[in-house]
Amino acid sequence: MKIPKHLSKSVLPIIGFAAIYGLIMLLKSFGIANNYHIQILMFAGVNIMMTLSLNVVNGFTGQFSIGHAGFMSLGAYGSAIITTLLLKPSVIPSSMQIPVFLLSLFIGGLVAALVGFLIGLPTLKLKGDYLAIVTLAFGEIVRAGLRLIEPIGAARGMIGVPTYANLAWIFTFVALTLFVVRNVIYSRYGRAWIAIRDNEIAAEAMGIDTTRYKIISFTFSAFIAGVAGGLYAHVVSFIQPDTFSFVKSSDLLVFLYAGGSGSLTGSIVGALLLTALPEALRFLASWRLVIYALVLIIVMLYRPKGLTGGYELPFLRIHRKELYEGAADPTVPEAEEGE
Amino acid sequence: MTTFFQLLIYGLQLGSVYALLALGYTMVYGIVGMINFAHGDFLMIGALSTVFLAMAFMSTSGTLSALQVIAIILIAMIGTGLVGVIVEAVAYKPLRDRPRMTALITAVGVSMFLQNFPRALPFIGPNPRPFPRLFPLIQYNIGGVTITSTQLIMLFLSLLLMFILYYVVNKTPLGAQMRAVSMDKDAALLMGININVIISMTFFIGAALASSSGIFYASIYPQVDVYMGGWLGTKSFIAAVLGGIGDIRGAMLGGFILGISEIFATSINSNFGYMIGFIVLILILLFKPAGLLGKFSIEKV
Repeated sequence: MKIPKHLSKSVLPIIGFAAIYGLIMLLKSFGIANNYHIQILMFAGVNIMMTLSLNVVNGFTGQFSIGHAGFMSLGAYGSAIITTLLLKPSVIPSSMQIPVFLLSLFIGGLVAALVGFLIGLPTLKLKGDYLAIVTLAFGEIVRAGLRLIEPIGAARGMIGVPTYANLAWIFTFVALTLFVVRNVIYSRYGRAWIAIRDNEIAAEAMGIDTTRYKIISFTFSAFIAGVAGGLYAHVVSFIQPDTFSFVKSSDLLVFLYAGGSGSLTGSIVGALLLTALPEALRFLASWRLVIYALVLIIVMLYRPKGLTGGYELPFLRIHRKELYEGAADPTVPEAEEGE
Repeated sequence: MTTFFQLLIYGLQLGSVYALLALGYTMVYGIVGMINFAHGDFLMIGALSTVFLAMAFMSTSGTLSALQVIAIILIAMIGTGLVGVIVEAVAYKPLRDRPRMTALITAVGVSMFLQNFPRALPFIGPNPRPFPRLFPLIQYNIGGVTITSTQLIMLFLSLLLMFILYYVVNKTPLGAQMRAVSMDKDAALLMGININVIISMTFFIGAALASSSGIFYASIYPQVDVYMGGWLGTKSFIAAVLGGIGDIRGAMLGGFILGISEIFATSINSNFGYMIGFIVLILILLFKPAGLLGKFSIEKV
C-alpha cells in the first residue's frame, strides 16, 4: 500500500517526533538518560523555539534583531505572573492546572507580541545596523525595567513558578512551532518576507508594503519568543531579569548563525548542538568556554553559511529553490550568454 | 547647585571613559563596516595588563615613579594594540567580504574567548583584583565641590589622547589614507593605499585607546576582572551610535552625553541610571536615524 504523498509529509514527521520522544523515555527507563539529560533537552527545546523565532526576523526577513531575550523575558514574566501570582496551583483545582498553564503561555506570547508590535512600529523604518542597535537597547530596557518592579521580585526574580512544563510539552511546542513557522514561511507572508530580505527596494517596487510585512514578521517572531519564554519559566521555576540579558540574546544569535540562518533545520541543529556542547565540555572546567568560543570562531571561519549550510530536512523543505538565502543572488545576473 | 557640579564632574570622568572606548567602535565601523563586539574586552586587557606591569615594577622598587607610570601606560597601550591587530588578522580578515552578520557572530566568539581565556589561566582567574594607584590622589575643594588630582589627570590625558587622534586622522598622511579607505575601499586600493596595513593600524589605535580607557576607568573604580569589558563595551557602543557611528567627533560627543546622563540618572535610581542610556539612544534615533552627527545616506538602486 502506498501512502499518498501529502499524507506522508504531514503524518511521518509527527510519528518521527513521537518516536524520538519514546526513545528518550525508553533510555530514561533503562537509566541511560537521567534527569540532567532531560533538563538539557528541555533547555534545548526552548532554545530551538527561540532560534526559530529569531530566524523569522533575521533569517527570513533580513532584519537584525539582537535583543530577542527581551521578548523572551516578557513572555516568561507574563506567564509566570499568571501561574504563580494570580492563579496559584494552590487556589485552583488540579484539573485546571494545564488549561491555566496553556492560557498563561498564550498570554505571555501576546504580551511579547504586543510589545514587539509597538517597538516595531516606529523602529522598523530604521535600516540594518540601526535597527539592530534599537533592539539591543530594547532588550536592556526591558531587563532594567523588570529590575524596578517590586511585586515581581525586582532584581531578585520570581521563585516558585510551578514546573508545569515537562519534556512532552516541550516536544509538542517545538513541533507546533516548526509546523507554524514552516507554513507561514510558505505562505504569502513568508514570500513577502523573503522578497524583502533579498532586495527591499525591488520588493517595494513589486508592490509589497515592506514596513507592514516587517512589522508582521517582528510581531509574529515576538509571539513565538514569548511562548518560549513562558515555557522556560515553567521549566526552571525561577526567573530573574538578568537571565535575559544581552548575553542571552547573543547566545541565540550564535545558535542561529552557527546553525545556518534562513534554514529551519539550521535552527534546530544550532540550538541543539550548542546547548549540549557547553554541557558536554564540563569536564574541561574553566577551559570549557574557551573551547566553546574557539569552536564558534572556527565554525564561522570555515562554514560561514552555518553548520547546515542551507540544507533543509525533507519535511521542512519548501519546494521552491529560490526561497533559500543566496540561492537567487540578485546582484549576479544569470545565464547572460544565452541571450 | 554644588550637587549639580559634583555630579557633572563624575559624569565627565565616566564620559571620557566611554568616549575613548566609543572611538574604537566608531573607527572600526567606519573603516571595515563591522561592529566589533570584542572591543570592550580590549579595555579589560589594558586594565589587567596594567595590574601585572605595576606588580612587576613594584617588586623591584616598592613604589612607582612618574616615569614608570608613563612606561606602564605606554606598554599596556601598545600591547593591547597588538592584541587588536592579531584578533583582526586571525578572526576578522578572512571574513571581510562575507555577510556582516558572520563577522558579528565571530566577534561574539572572540569576545567570549578574550574573557574566558584569561579566566582559565591559573594566575589570573575569575576573581576581581585591586587596581594599583597610578596617579597621586589629592583632594581639592572648590566651593563645596570635591575634585581629585586623579580625576584631573585622567580628564586631561583622555582629552589629550582624543586631540592626538583627531589630529592624526585629519592632518596626517596616515589619517588621509584611513579616511580614504572608509570612503571607498576599492578606489583607495586603486590609489595605491595598502588597505590591510590601514585596517591593522585602525585596530591598533582602537585597541590602544580602549586600553587607556581601561586604565582610567580602573583608576576611578579600582577593581579589575575579566568580565569588566562586557557591559562597558555595550554602553560605549551605544555612545558611538548616539553620536553617529563612523564619526569621530560623534563618538566623543556621544560618550560624554551618555556618561553625564547616566550619572545624573543614577543619582535618582541605579537601575534608572542603567536604562537612561538606552532610552536616550532610542529617542535620538527616532528623530535622527543616523545619530547626532551621522550622515544619513539615501539608499540607491
